[in-house]
Amino acid sequence: MYRYDEFDHAMVSDRVNQFRGQVARRIAGDLTEDQFKPLRLQNGLYLQLHAYMLRVAIPYGQLNARQMRMLAHIARKYDRGYGHFTTRQNIQYNWPKLEDTPDILDDLASVEMHAIQTSGNTIRNVTADQYAGVAADELEGEDPRVYAEIIRQWSTFHPEFAFLPRKFKIAVSAAQGVDRAAVRFHDIGLFIVKNDAGEIGFEVWVGGGLGRTPMIAKKVRDFVAKPDLLAYLEAILRVYNLEGRRDNMYKARIKILVHETGVEKFSRLVEEEFEATRGGDMELPAEEVARIREYFAPPAYEALEDDPQALTARRFEHKAFNDWVRVNTVRHKAPGYAIANISLKPVGLPPGDISADQMDTVADLAEQFSMGDIRATHEQNLVLPDVRQDQLYDLWLGLQKAGLADANLDHIGDVICCPGLDYCALANARSIPVSERITQRFADLDRQYEIGELRLKISGCINACGHHHVGHIGILGVDRKDQEYYQITLGGAPGDDAAIGKKIGAAFSSDEVVDAVETILMTYLAIRRDGERFIDTHRRVGDAPFKEKLYDKAA
Amino acid sequence: MTRLLKDGKVTPDDWTHVGDDDALPDDGPVIVSLTRWQAEKDSLAGRNSGLGIRLAAGESPADLGDDLARFQVVALEFPKFADGRAYSYARLLKDRLAFDGEVRAVGDVLRDQYRAMYRCGFDTLEIDRNVSDAELEAAWTEALGDFRHAYQAAERGPQTILRRRHAAPA
Repeated sequence: MYRYDEFDHAMVSDRVNQFRGQVARRIAGDLTEDQFKPLRLQNGLYLQLHAYMLRVAIPYGQLNARQMRMLAHIARKYDRGYGHFTTRQNIQYNWPKLEDTPDILDDLASVEMHAIQTSGNTIRNVTADQYAGVAADELEGEDPRVYAEIIRQWSTFHPEFAFLPRKFKIAVSAAQGVDRAAVRFHDIGLFIVKNDAGEIGFEVWVGGGLGRTPMIAKKVRDFVAKPDLLAYLEAILRVYNLEGRRDNMYKARIKILVHETGVEKFSRLVEEEFEATRGGDMELPAEEVARIREYFAPPAYEALEDDPQALTARRFEHKAFNDWVRVNTVRHKAPGYAIANISLKPVGLPPGDISADQMDTVADLAEQFSMGDIRATHEQNLVLPDVRQDQLYDLWLGLQKAGLADANLDHIGDVICCPGLDYCALANARSIPVSERITQRFADLDRQYEIGELRLKISGCINACGHHHVGHIGILGVDRKDQEYYQITLGGAPGDDAAIGKKIGAAFSSDEVVDAVETILMTYLAIRRDGERFIDTHRRVGDAPFKEKLYDKAA
Repeated sequence: MTRLLKDGKVTPDDWTHVGDDDALPDDGPVIVSLTRWQAEKDSLAGRNSGLGIRLAAGESPADLGDDLARFQVVALEFPKFADGRAYSYARLLKDRLAFDGEVRAVGDVLRDQYRAMYRCGFDTLEIDRNVSDAELEAAWTEALGDFRHAYQAAERGPQTILRRRHAAPA
């Protein structure tokens, strides 16, 4: 993984000192809360319902065992012994004290971590495919982390783009034919591609996002050559900074600008800016790409075969292990290795939460079985990306002991969920309790497997942090005369088959919503054809059969 | 009290901001709004002293066209510090439009943004703060020193980290 050089270290430590000064000026009253707010937000510090919340960046979702142990330490020392992995590959702490935050940032800096630009109207932490570098379906020789790191550095304290109209999110993927990073739901989405001449570059999508006005991004360019990457990004950002709406925060994201301007005109503005600024200091030198690429060079994999006997025998003997392997592990590009997902979705607990002790266990297991490498996913799970197949059983035993072996990846138990009204000042309704009740209702794993792949996503308000629009089943909490109600959407999808779900009908009360989900799934089971996932059936038949069961009480 | 900071020093300001309804002084350099410039172009252009223009956020210097050459000062307004358009306007002026006069920050100009303003090409900052000249200058020096390095190329600031990493050994 990337390691800081003297410059990167200096940037982060200078930032900690700057923030320490800002906190001191705030406490002394030299800064008003209004003046302090954007400064603390640029360091990931929110004021929530009950307390401050600190969001720590995990650039493109990668961290090592040492960093994970530091996250555990912070959870113990400054928080209540746990942390929460978010839908943007970050981790949040819900109970830090303002005066402690500079010390937390110091502790993070000691392991090359920070909270820079995890909030505020800035270029946020860059996300990437969580299987970067190990996925069997990745464009050969390319790794999105290389460019995500380059973008991280370029965007860090960019003097021109610290006060954009609204937040700005960039995602990168090099996977072929699949999209695990929801690239088309970002302000800028980059696919690493090979053009007809055999050169590697970037296909650029702009203006995707969820929130109040969910939109799939539009392609603005088929190919940007590597040396032009930063010039092109800067051109997009400048057009957005100048032209994006600032009169209404709900219309301030770049998706609205692209939508209102039209993609042709928007692209033309970007191209003009790009032509005028490319080259010179804006050129990304090949030496820098090469320098960063070295940090992500594949480790020395041993020459192994897939499906070794140590694995197949255990799978045969042990149903729970076999289920976990089938559901939670993914094909690795190196034979004999596997990508192992750690579900942070135990039955009846908040999705994405993890205790300090569990973090330490994950760190230990990563060192023992995964070359120290860990990933965080936007589905609020963790990944050990480099596990020998003949060691999967030992890994699984270790995970099981720590309560981390739930075999529910991409099933109904693997709910994505925002913090909701239990924590968040923006929420209209609680989301975690709904998630907990759904996972309890569907706790039986065999029932989950019978239902098959299902992406269920819950947001506690229209800002859509739980990505409900791209859930096969999405649940949105709304407030009706001080009562919590839940709207259900069907048909969303985050990946290569990106789609925005549509509302099925009137909202359900808190008491009804879990039954409604069950009704939808029972209907699906009754009408699905062989091999159809829920989303496939819904695409074939539409809303009608589900609607009928949900709302036609006479039937 | 509003003072002008140039290169980190409090500097006497010869320029007068003239409001849209205010009478123009007989002589001396003035800064007028875009509206006033458009309405009174001929008489303003005939003055014998310096002329500057004040652009509100949303008024792009790129739209001034050939008129830009008539101004010695372009004052870019921060209606609130969280409105970041003027950073891009300053860069447009310095880079694309090759404006060689003074680019001035006016409005909500706060200590924590001095460095970004400097890097984006602002030559002077109008600052309204109740502190001594010495304290203001110290705040500038401190703000500029918040970071030793910079990742991005901009109008000013240290050589980029990228260049330093790959500079030919001396």
